[in-house]
Amino acid sequence: MKIAVVVFPGSNCDIDLYEALHTVLGADVEYVSHKCEDLSEFDAVMLPGGFSYGDYLRCGAIARFSKVMPEIVRMANEGKPVFGTCNGFQILTEAGLLPGALKQNNSLKFVCKTVPLVVENVQTPFTHEYTNGEVINLPIAHADGSYYADEETLAQLEENGQVVFRYAKENPNGSLHDIAGICNERGNVLGMMPHPERAVEALLGNEDGLRVFKSLLTSGTVKTEGK
Amino acid sequence: MTNVRIYVTYKESVFDPQGDTIKQAIHALGHDEVADVKVGKFFDVQLDPTKKDISTAVKEIAEELLVNFNLETYEYKVMEEV
Amino acid sequence: MAELTPKEIQTLKPYLEWGLTQKEYDYICDKLLHRLPNYTETGLFAVMWSEHCSYKKSKPVLRLFPNKNERVLQGPGEGAGIVDIGDDLAVVFKAESHNHPSAVEPYEGAATGVGGILRDIFSMGARPIASLDSLHFGELTDERTKYLVNGVVAGIGGYGNCMGIPTVGGEMTFDDCYRGNCLVNAMSVGLMEQKDMQKGRAAGVGNAVIYVGAKTGRDGIHGATFASSDFSDEKETQRSAVQVGNPFMEKLLMEACLKLTHEHADWLVGIQDMGAAGIASSSCEMASKAGSGLVLELEKVPQRETEMTPYEIMLSESQERMLLCVRKGYEENVIKLFKEFDLEAVVIGRVTDDGQYVLKHHGEVVTDIPVTTLTDDVLEEPSAEQMPKRLKEAKEMAPWTPDVTDAKQTLLALLQQPTIASKEMFTQTYDSQVRTSTVLGPGSDAGVMRIRKTNKALAMTTDGNGRFVYLDPEIGGQMAVVEACANVISSGALPLAMTDCLNYGDPNDPEIYYELHHSVAGMAKACEVFDTPVISGNVSLYNENNGEAIYGTPMVGMVGLIENVKHIISSTVKQAGDLLYLVGVKTKADFAGSELQKMQTKKIFGALNPVELTTINDYMKKLLTTMQTGLVQSSHDASEGGLGVCLAETLFGSGLGASVELDLTKELLFSETAGRFVVSVSPKDQVAFETALGEFATKIGEVTATENLAVTLTDENFSVPVATAQKLWEEAIPCLMKSKD
Repeated sequence: MKIAVVVFPGSNCDIDLYEALHTVLGADVEYVSHKCEDLSEFDAVMLPGGFSYGDYLRCGAIARFSKVMPEIVRMANEGKPVFGTCNGFQILTEAGLLPGALKQNNSLKFVCKTVPLVVENVQTPFTHEYTNGEVINLPIAHADGSYYADEETLAQLEENGQVVFRYAKENPNGSLHDIAGICNERGNVLGMMPHPERAVEALLGNEDGLRVFKSLLTSGTVKTEGK
Repeated sequence: MTNVRIYVTYKESVFDPQGDTIKQAIHALGHDEVADVKVGKFFDVQLDPTKKDISTAVKEIAEELLVNFNLETYEYKVMEEV
Repeated sequence: MAELTPKEIQTLKPYLEWGLTQKEYDYICDKLLHRLPNYTETGLFAVMWSEHCSYKKSKPVLRLFPNKNERVLQGPGEGAGIVDIGDDLAVVFKAESHNHPSAVEPYEGAATGVGGILRDIFSMGARPIASLDSLHFGELTDERTKYLVNGVVAGIGGYGNCMGIPTVGGEMTFDDCYRGNCLVNAMSVGLMEQKDMQKGRAAGVGNAVIYVGAKTGRDGIHGATFASSDFSDEKETQRSAVQVGNPFMEKLLMEACLKLTHEHADWLVGIQDMGAAGIASSSCEMASKAGSGLVLELEKVPQRETEMTPYEIMLSESQERMLLCVRKGYEENVIKLFKEFDLEAVVIGRVTDDGQYVLKHHGEVVTDIPVTTLTDDVLEEPSAEQMPKRLKEAKEMAPWTPDVTDAKQTLLALLQQPTIASKEMFTQTYDSQVRTSTVLGPGSDAGVMRIRKTNKALAMTTDGNGRFVYLDPEIGGQMAVVEACANVISSGALPLAMTDCLNYGDPNDPEIYYELHHSVAGMAKACEVFDTPVISGNVSLYNENNGEAIYGTPMVGMVGLIENVKHIISSTVKQAGDLLYLVGVKTKADFAGSELQKMQTKKIFGALNPVELTTINDYMKKLLTTMQTGLVQSSHDASEGGLGVCLAETLFGSGLGASVELDLTKELLFSETAGRFVVSVSPKDQVAFETALGEFATKIGEVTATENLAVTLTDENFSVPVATAQKLWEEAIPCLMKSKD
């Protein structure tokens, strides 16, 4: 499996995704510029955290117009794994690949800390190595992570099992239904505010995120699509 | 050229933490007359009405870029010739 | 509005407002130029001869610092200092103050402080890997102070988070002397391959001077001179417009500059950040360092505002700009490289060999003076110094003894003092983990960053204690270095070198100059003993408000090396049954300037006891050896609040407790004798550890599974649930920040 990590102007967690996949797991991964118009050689694509275009206007709103986006839409439509963490999640919602939007945290402040999450859908290419209902700890680091969608959309997400990660103890940002991460109906596009790529090495104190990437690397061997 | 001011705000149903915080601060200053505060942003856009009709241009710009309709809504006001 | 003519300048003396003295102006006219300088030239002298750019007041004192040893690759004089860490790698670091801008506009002041120090690092060819800060404010009961704290913290986070550079450490203290003049010092640490080292120089006739980054506006004109004069309320309206930062632009600028320095070093002659005094200082310093001249065409400088004068263009402190000297023939390559990052790069001038600094504006020569008159000919005047009266009085005073009736309550009260209490409310708004190399983040004795592709790690800390310097500049200066070394060693690292920010009041006051001189002498002496040369730094004088000076506050930024990540030591205890040791010199009655004194008397006074530098260095190195051989489980250095607070802090978040027996009275539990550590050791390593440390390690108890801190003193026994203590420590600052009174 060959994986692309897209670098937007202002991305800053690109190295974290790359190192998690390359150095920790030995995966075949490459940085790809936001100007790249052909991702045909890649089997999966990852959108990193950071401040694309300075988070000006709205987080992710300008990145959505990057030249690489049509290719990401194509891969999503073809059922290939598409992953966005933090700013990547914001871009995926702005681009309409995931429903809803991410608002400013209720505290109005950036928050960087480790929080407990429940894994609620283990049928995705990013979560099949977890067990259903398992509680894991992952770092969050964002100022705009409060998930919002209208009642109808929320009901659909719940019914389809599209809520993949939910804040377990405290809700750090005011997110509706305590949502930390969601996938599309087909399950191949996942967006989450927490940073699994920051939790892949014992030296840094936490390995709870490693299975997100292990799941991806072995996703070809298990059936994960749909509910 | 015409200056058009486009106002973008949260939809009525969306909680506005900034507005809420500012309201509390206003209350702390003793302004009991203030019932609610909503925060929004505006964009002053200078456009050429001979190239495209103002309402169409604004609608397109707003829908394509300035507004996230999951959360936000907009209105606009034609300000002055510049 | 027409600019004043040279004659009018001579008569109306606007330069006095800009910070040039009459004597300096006369010297420039009579001895350097042999003519009257025009408006632009006078402005250039004013900024280049400001303390911020010329160090004219502090230079004689700065010469006291050692700045070399076998590891130092670059000492003071460049954007930042560089130290060899083996494997062909080097660590680059520097600290800078942004006190004055932050006092006016806390968010942008702090944000642009972070931005400026990051540019210093990447201009050397290094990628910044971590940021730290040292913040000193008035008391948190003051509403304006709360506003400043919120703004400064948000500014540091806003800029650093967007840049994707983790903020991994720092300090924050509160004392009334900082109320009208807070201190905001930022430190940045970078990592580089030694082959990528750059310098800020403009050499080679015909080579191009290229401007890159944000456009120039009228912001921050005279920022450097502004930083070199004191505050008073009536001057409020005269303050120059504070610069506004754009971290997104800086992120692009950083990536572009690193690509240039790492992949196309052959195109480049020199590179320097446009910091204080903007194009003026960067260009003439680059020419001066190479012994060159320059011709700049100012209309080519990208401008954000219309009709800017040469004076405004040269003195603007708009952010996110760099100046490059590029080999002739490679101009287009460089312009294209920056264009890839959507950045503007423009050739604005050429290097000459006549040593003249020539500025043209639409063809007209607006400045033509020797480069060296701006950079080297500054009038260095000896400053008068006099020992402050309080120091003489303190030496004659009987030592103050605290009145502790209940050690447990005293401990709980100390844990809630803002200087001691948890700063998590602030530090969790900083991204401390981005780039996934942070092993120990905020709240640790030092921030620890692993170095990818090696087994090594770097420990880093900032420490400044104005109180001790106020009571005794020399000993206080030594203690600042001891504390920084203690933090670094406590993390398992060998202290390599340091940077500093020297924050003082008006040096024209002989008593303030005395503080500056003697505290630097104290620091220098400690640096010699610990072999930690000063490789970079910054001086911030005139930190006064309405004639009231701050405590002289030298901030020490120390970086240490850990050879193997296995030997990184954190401050929390690890396992029940581990033995607890007090490492260090014997605890004495060190209460002058202590947190306990301040809490009980609301002021600080008295004389400091001498610090045994050689002894401390000796056992600290022994302690480090035991860490490097795996004998130490945890280590925390005792500072504010003494041993009592240190013990409590080592237990927070561990899920464990401790049972401790001390041969101390309850007062001494809070004495702040410098250079002590609480260390935990596995019982199997008891003999090896005790043998290694000898008389410098005293077994004081053990880690327990019961989550209580139980202390037996010679005159009191107490036990307190760790959770109770931790809760008070955690909630003190959020509670103060919320309260309105």
